[in-house]
Amino acid sequence: MQFTAMILSNAEVSPGYWRMRMTAPPEFASASPGQFVMVRVNSAIDPLLRRPFGIFDIGTYIPFQSGAAAQPYLEMLYRVVGKGTAMLAALHETDLLDVLGPLGTGFNLGSSGEEKLIVGGGVGLAPLYLLAKELVKNSPVRLFAGGRTKSDILCITEFERLGVECYTATEDGSLGECGLVTEALVNRLDALHATSSIYACGPHGMLNAVANIAASRTIPCQVSLEGYMACGVGACLGCVAPGRDHSTETPDFRCVCTEGPVFESGELKWRE
Amino acid sequence: MTPDMRVNLAGILLRNPVMTASGTFGYGEEFSEYCDLEKIGAFVTKGLSLKPRAGNPTPRIVETPGGMLNAIGLQNVGINAFIEKKVPFLRTVKTPAIANYFGNTVDEYAELTARLNEIPEVAALEINISCPNVKQGGIVFGTDPACAASVVSACRAATTKPLMVKLSPNVTDVVIMAKACEQAGADCLSLINTLTGMAIDLEKRRPVLANITGGFSGPAIKPIALRMVWQVAKAVSIPVVGIGGIMNATDALEFILAGATAVQVGTASFINPGAAQQIAEEMEAWLRAHGINDVKSLIGALET
Repeated sequence: MQFTAMILSNAEVSPGYWRMRMTAPPEFASASPGQFVMVRVNSAIDPLLRRPFGIFDIGTYIPFQSGAAAQPYLEMLYRVVGKGTAMLAALHETDLLDVLGPLGTGFNLGSSGEEKLIVGGGVGLAPLYLLAKELVKNSPVRLFAGGRTKSDILCITEFERLGVECYTATEDGSLGECGLVTEALVNRLDALHATSSIYACGPHGMLNAVANIAASRTIPCQVSLEGYMACGVGACLGCVAPGRDHSTETPDFRCVCTEGPVFESGELKWRE
Repeated sequence: MTPDMRVNLAGILLRNPVMTASGTFGYGEEFSEYCDLEKIGAFVTKGLSLKPRAGNPTPRIVETPGGMLNAIGLQNVGINAFIEKKVPFLRTVKTPAIANYFGNTVDEYAELTARLNEIPEVAALEINISCPNVKQGGIVFGTDPACAASVVSACRAATTKPLMVKLSPNVTDVVIMAKACEQAGADCLSLINTLTGMAIDLEKRRPVLANITGGFSGPAIKPIALRMVWQVAKAVSIPVVGIGGIMNATDALEFILAGATAVQVGTASFINPGAAQQIAEEMEAWLRAHGINDVKSLIGALET
């Protein structure tokens, strides 16, 4: 659906990373973790296209006016990477945004009880918080958060408050284990005996590594992809990702915006 | 008083002059939640080929100021899947659906035309001779007047449906192409397709698009499109459909003044999936506000 959202808050949570809360229509209460929104940062023609953002959280707030009914809100966690996101960071409380969503196919929450491992790289944590919030209702959840340096590790406290056991890894060793988050994941998997499944979102290289780890251990794994997209509704075909058996002769491109952004990692084609 | 927004486009009766452009509106169904298809004049489906096509590697899209580049590479489901999976939806909509298609050879164009001619749900055909993003077909036929004429003649012989030809702006003189298509039997012309462009990532020293070049669209191209529509509309006696950077009713009406009988909304649907419907409604409001009772009176009414 398309709606006008009013910004409730917009704050920098770590250098270059922002968290924005905005009003959402009642239908948002049923948005599933892993779905996303397309946001038009202003009504001018530069930037022209909407920007896709994972849904970080959904909740309800009570407006300040006495007697006002509780209203749903949605939150996005985003990194300032260019002109569009810089404009977004400059917006303030009560500013309005044109939003399309919730869009796409989200995470499959799997069976309750079994352990869930969440892997996030940098701003890839964005769609994983709402996921963790759902998963902790029925399963033990562990988070593996990675980044280049400690300021890339976001919102860990929020995950801890959910009761998620958090492991961090940074490439420069400034927080948690020194190295890649996938190494921390492998160490943990080696120590685990119970069956678990993996949920991951982050840079493509990280997802590729996680997909290979999951495949070699036959662990179910879902990944949330990013893609350059113009529309978010399956029309522009800009954001496609190759399916497992894709080849030029037998094309199998999956639309990240509608068939994804979440895929079973085994459905996609990865580098060995 | 409600202005008469109807136009007759080479035998296709449109409730208003606003259509959607091929490749920006899927097969119609994708947009039905956001755009009331029965409030627009017609919609053009994603370019079809005889066999399914994979399209180009990614990145396929990049934004530039006031526009975007795309190099999708004509990814599509192919004619058989179109008939099986997409046509049933067309049957449910009381709005003309126009099928856009392309071939690698003149024979392929003719064969596809014959196949599409048999589908009652397809109101008219739009031949794509102007895709800039594929090596074979498409643009080859769109830049040489003799090649264009041979494609159009072959398609003409294979269909009784209204035949529209989508022209490329990537030529020295678009009027020569337009006349060649008119003489070969086209019922109307749509223009412009995207302009070939490119974007470079300075830090990586690489092109942004995997295909290196792509088709440039969006509001930035409107002045070029207006000029070409104006030139072509003066030179031919068949109707012209204006395409290129139309974002609102003002843009659409400018194309009509320049000589277009109808317009196609393209990139705007990506940004605002209800754009075509909104533009149609705003056009009607503009006519009402200006006391104009028939949109047809504005076609080619530019004063120079």
